[in-house]
Amino acid sequence: MNLHAIRAIYLFEMARMRRTLLQSIVSPVLSTSLYFVVFGSAIGGHMRQIGDVSYGAFIVPGLIMLSLLTQSIANASFAIYFPRFVGTIYEILSAPLSALEIVTGYVGAAATKSIILGLITLAVASVFVDLRIEHPVWMLAFLVLTAITFSLFGFVIGIWADSFEKLQMIPMLIVTPLTFLGGSFYSIDMLPPFWRAVSLFNPVVYLVSCFRWSFFGTSDVNVGLSVAMTLIFLLLCLGAVVWIFKTGYRMKT
Amino acid sequence: MQPILSLRGVSKTYATGHAALKDVSLEIARGEIFALLGPNGAGKTTLISIICGLVTPTAGTIAAGGHDIIRDYRAARSLIGLVPQELTTDAFETVRATVRLSRGLFGKAPAEAHVEKVLRDLSLWEKRDSRIMTLSGGMKRRVMIAKALSHEPQILFLDEPTAGVDVELRRDMWRVIRDLRDNGVTIILTTHYLEEAEEMADRIGVIRNGELILVERKEDLMRTLGRKELALQLAAPLAEIPAALARYPLALSPDGRRLVYTYTGTGDPTSISPFLQDVAAAGIAFTDLDTEQSSLEEIFVRLVRADA
Ligand SMILES: Nc1ncnc2c1ncn2[C@@H]1O[C@H](COP(=O)(O)OP(=O)(O)OP(=O)(O)O)[C@@H](O)[C@H]1O
Ligand SMILES: [Mg+2]
Repeated sequence: MNLHAIRAIYLFEMARMRRTLLQSIVSPVLSTSLYFVVFGSAIGGHMRQIGDVSYGAFIVPGLIMLSLLTQSIANASFAIYFPRFVGTIYEILSAPLSALEIVTGYVGAAATKSIILGLITLAVASVFVDLRIEHPVWMLAFLVLTAITFSLFGFVIGIWADSFEKLQMIPMLIVTPLTFLGGSFYSIDMLPPFWRAVSLFNPVVYLVSCFRWSFFGTSDVNVGLSVAMTLIFLLLCLGAVVWIFKTGYRMKT
Repeated sequence: MQPILSLRGVSKTYATGHAALKDVSLEIARGEIFALLGPNGAGKTTLISIICGLVTPTAGTIAAGGHDIIRDYRAARSLIGLVPQELTTDAFETVRATVRLSRGLFGKAPAEAHVEKVLRDLSLWEKRDSRIMTLSGGMKRRVMIAKALSHEPQILFLDEPTAGVDVELRRDMWRVIRDLRDNGVTIILTTHYLEEAEEMADRIGVIRNGELILVERKEDLMRTLGRKELALQLAAPLAEIPAALARYPLALSPDGRRLVYTYTGTGDPTSISPFLQDVAAAGIAFTDLDTEQSSLEEIFVRLVRADA
């Protein structure tokens, strides 16, 4: 195991992120606040309660997931796309590194940043509503698991993309719709049976649901199933990464 | 002694169908400076990229320090440092941060003293905290060399290290390269400046259309392929070359005052004296004499022009 390399990549990436920290924080703080104004206050004025949870509090786990997903994908995809784009990837490719080590460094740094941003979103949310977190350890565990999984996904996108447009495309076309339709702002129990069944194919439903469970102790779908689905997705992404390095896909000629 | 680098039957055909390398075999001895020459598109960068793991060979095997570069990539790659042809740097990072990263990537524990030494050797110490994008092209080139040296490689690849570097700096780099060699580092460089190869290299390889057409010690190359000229400045102009000297390859200048005798380095080194005796016997007096040896540049041009 080339631990020095993992450490070097991680620190280098964290230093890069530290430079852009301010703008990284401003945007989630602003968008979270906006969501609260629009969904929490405007719509929540009519909804008030979902189960025994106030609507304002109900949307918090979904909002955090939204920012976690977007940030993880954006951070990790950019982190690997950029060196490919400018050519500095040559050094990574010529170094005595295994795929696992490269991924650990990049994904670790991307996940760290999105976890920090997720916690900041949580802090901003707690300014607007009273929050109780019933299973804080599970909450953190889900946060970490999701951040890692989607950073891996972002890493795969960053390697697949061969233009900045493609880098934006997946998050725009797939991830944002999935998150909005993933029960961030409503309980899927509120949907008609058909759409409820369709929702069960949306992986984000499981993430939001089990994350919400860690806050309020209630969930739309079984928590064990949720964790299993997330782990399966994580393994899929990991498999993709291993394949990428084995074949040199989009990295070697 | 076991070669530090050995290539057997290495070929590369790119996805475009272009055969960039054809069955290249080569052995590099520990501690030598090897210059790889060849016209644009000959396959020099391709060859280096394959050894460094950036390009997958279509056929062939390569071992660095006895380690197969694919099966045993960790051991092989930790010996190798690469300074690629293209200037690619982390524009937004500082010089020191990027050099530290390189050291870590190659599995070496942080060592500020070594990083400082490398930066000082390359006259980059003053710039250590500058962002790379604020540096000039020549300085960026040196940053890339610093990155490769940061992890103390045994084998160093320099793909056109002195392209776009001013004369003084080029001499500095030659000094750095020689110092490395004196410390046992094996150096493989490509260059289009032939005087650089002539100045630096122990051995020279010439690659043309993906084929390694020649590998020789520099002196041997200069001797076997080098052309020498002996020019006589005549006391009185000659109308034509005298019959007594007809067996020599001679050229007479239009004004008849300069007689040039061309001979190859392979010939008997004493062949000059019979010629001069014959000149004297023919009653030709000369006021001055000079000799000239063809440079590597001329040899090279002749080599790559020749049809395969
Ligand atoms: N990724 C690639 N795909 C297809 N063809 C390539 C690729 N890279 C290089 N080539 C071709 O392979 C040949 C050898 O290229 P290479 O870069 O090795 O030449 P070189 O000897 O380094 O030339 P130069 O002196 O210009 O640097 C060229 O004809 C080039 O067009
Ligand atoms: Mg080249």
